Amino acid sequence: MIRLLATAIAAFVAYLFLTAGSGTIILWSESELIIGCILAIIVGIASYRIFCRTGSVRMANPIRLILLPVYAIIPLFIEMARANIDVAIRVITGNVKPGIVRVNTGMKTDLGMLLLANSITLTPGTLSVEIDDATKQLYVHLINVPDELRDKKVVEARELFSFFNIPGWIRRIAE
Amino acid sequence: MNDIFFIAIAVLGLLILFAALRLAIGPTAPDRVVALDTINTLVVGGMILLAVYLGQTIFVDVAIVYALLSFLGTIAISKYIGGEL
Amino acid sequence: MIQTAAMICLGIGILFNTLGVIGILRFPDVYTRLHAETKMTTFGTIFLALGVIIYAGWMLSGTNDSQYLTLAIHTAIAVIALAFTNATGSHAIARAAHRSGQLPDPSVVDRLAEVKSRD
Repeated sequence: MIRLLATAIAAFVAYLFLTAGSGTIILWSESELIIGCILAIIVGIASYRIFCRTGSVRMANPIRLILLPVYAIIPLFIEMARANIDVAIRVITGNVKPGIVRVNTGMKTDLGMLLLANSITLTPGTLSVEIDDATKQLYVHLINVPDELRDKKVVEARELFSFFNIPGWIRRIAE
Repeated sequence: MNDIFFIAIAVLGLLILFAALRLAIGPTAPDRVVALDTINTLVVGGMILLAVYLGQTIFVDVAIVYALLSFLGTIAISKYIGGEL
Repeated sequence: MIQTAAMICLGIGILFNTLGVIGILRFPDVYTRLHAETKMTTFGTIFLALGVIIYAGWMLSGTNDSQYLTLAIHTAIAVIALAFTNATGSHAIARAAHRSGQLPDPSVVDRLAEVKSRD
C-alpha cells in the first residue's frame, strides 16, 4: 500500500510540473488537477512493483529530496565544469593516456551505485564500464591514468575526484 | 535575439552532419552507436532552440519524448552488440 | 543585460557541442570517443537550455504570458531527462563494447580484461 501511494504521489508531482501555468488555482486549472489525480492513480497501480521494488521508502525523507538538487547544482556542476575543460584541452592537444582501473565504491544500495556510476560518468575524465554486483566494485575507464593510480590493484572512489567528496555526498543522499 | 537562435540552430545542424561522418566511417559497431547518441543529443538541443525560434512551446514536449525514446534505442542496440539479447 | 547573459550561455553551449563533435572525430578508440560524447555534449546542451531558460524568464517578466513559464519548466525537465539518460546510455555502450571484445586500444592498464581472462 505504501509503495502504491509513493508511486502515485511521484507521478502526480511529475504531472504537476508538466502542466504548470495552465490556470488560476496557484498555477494549475481545475480540470488538469482532476485528470492528474486519476492518471496518477492509474500509473501507480500499473507500475508500483517496478518503481518501489524493495519496499523501502528511504527516499521519501524530505531532507534527502532537498539534498539531491543541492548536490546536483553545487558539487556535481563544479566537477562537471572542471572535467569538461580538462577533456576540451585533451580534444585540442590529442594527449591521452587511457586505461581501465578497478574502483571500490563502498555503497550498499542499488540507488547509491546508480548515482555514483552516473556521477563518475559525468565527472573528471572517467567513465564507468562494468559493475561487479557481488563486491559492489566498478570498473572505470580513465582518459588519463595518473602514475600513482596505475600500480594499485583497487582504487578508492574518493581518489577520482578533486574538489569535493562526491561519494560522501551520495552516501548522505541515498543511504 | 531571434537571429542568434537561428545561427545556433544552423551551427547545430552543421555539427549533426559532422557527427554523421563518424556514423558513416566508424570502423566498428560501438563507434556508430556513439555517433548516433551524439546526434540524438544534438537533435534534442536543436528542438529546444527551435521551440524558442518558432514560438511553439509544444516542440519542447516533443524533445522530452525524443530524449527518452532515443535512450531506449541506445540501450536496445547496446544490448544487441553486447550479446545479451 | 539579461539578453547578453542568454547569449553568452548559448555561445558556451555551442562551443562545447562543437568540441564534443571534434572529439568524436579525433580520438583514437571507442572509450575516449565516449568521453568526448558524454561529457561535452551533455554539458553543452545544459548550457543551451540555460540560455533558453534565462531568455524565457526575461520574456515572462516582460509580457507576463504563461506560455514562457511552460517553456522554462519543460526545458528544465528535458535537460534533466537528457543528463540522466545520456550517462546511463554511455555506460551501456561502454559495457557492450567491452563485451563485444573491443579492448581500449592505446591503454596503460586494463584491470577488467585481467579479471575476464582469469575467469
